[in-house]
Amino acid sequence: MYEIQVFVTLKEAVLDPQGKAVNHSLNQLGYSEVEDVRIGKVLTLTMNGEKETVEARVTEMCDKLLANPVIEDYRFEIKEALAQ
Amino acid sequence: MKFAVVVFPGSNCDIDMYHAIKDELGEEAAYVDYRETSLKDYDAVLLPGGFSYGDYLRSGAIAARLPIAAGIKEAAEAGKPVLGVCNGFQVLLELGLLPGAMRRNRQLTFICKPATLIVENNQTVFTSTYENGQSISIPVAHGEGNYFCDEETLAELKENNQIAFTYKEDVNGSIDNIAGITNERGNVLGMMPHPERAVDDLLGSSDGLHMFQSLLKQWRESHAITS
Repeated sequence: MYEIQVFVTLKEAVLDPQGKAVNHSLNQLGYSEVEDVRIGKVLTLTMNGEKETVEARVTEMCDKLLANPVIEDYRFEIKEALAQ
Repeated sequence: MKFAVVVFPGSNCDIDMYHAIKDELGEEAAYVDYRETSLKDYDAVLLPGGFSYGDYLRSGAIAARLPIAAGIKEAAEAGKPVLGVCNGFQVLLELGLLPGAMRRNRQLTFICKPATLIVENNQTVFTSTYENGQSISIPVAHGEGNYFCDEETLAELKENNQIAFTYKEDVNGSIDNIAGITNERGNVLGMMPHPERAVDDLLGSSDGLHMFQSLLKQWRESHAITS
């Protein structure tokens, strides 16, 4: 059993309105040292399968559905998880 | 002329679209379920606005991976008119039938108001009854309508005359105020504003009806039907 954390973030060149709003709010709260905020998402997948194929399968999932390559980048971490 | 209105879980402008075709244009319309795989029986395909799958993951992302996606792609490849409005536009982007992607509105708020659009290209099957440069009033209602594409794609859109509509004023932060684009061939149009909500003066504007009349005109001409 594997637990995979997929991190999907907007590409650096893409304006992140949510991040900008949070950045502004932090500045207003007095955290003036914050210069930029970017917001992404974390997807946690629990998967069965052979270790060798997990990476390839997750890459495929990211390319097919989980990320939009036009505006988003992704990376993921695979951890071995104990069977429930 | 037979129009398909594709209904996804979460579509909420499907009835408006149906009404526009059936009652205002006076042509045939039918709802097509997202579990169907073919749109062979129809002359044009309409992807309505709404929140397919609650906009989960990304707006339009899940809808673009459903069985009906094959039918939509097939219709587009066959050269049939395919119109995606609002969420329908987002689905067309996710399907890869149009270039680019949608970001959240720059001001982060949901925008719901009439917008003035400029017709940038009246040489498409969707816009032939408009004049180039004409100002039309079409309502917008979206939270994620901030159109993005890279500079290379933008240059291509311009070169190929694929920008169909722009906003007269900056509404949501879209690149070059883009409100609607077509594919290179010109038979697929995605737009954020809602022409189906502007089909009768009673609604505040009938400027959207011309889009459906353009489609009908083109279809009649190609089928040599005189009305």
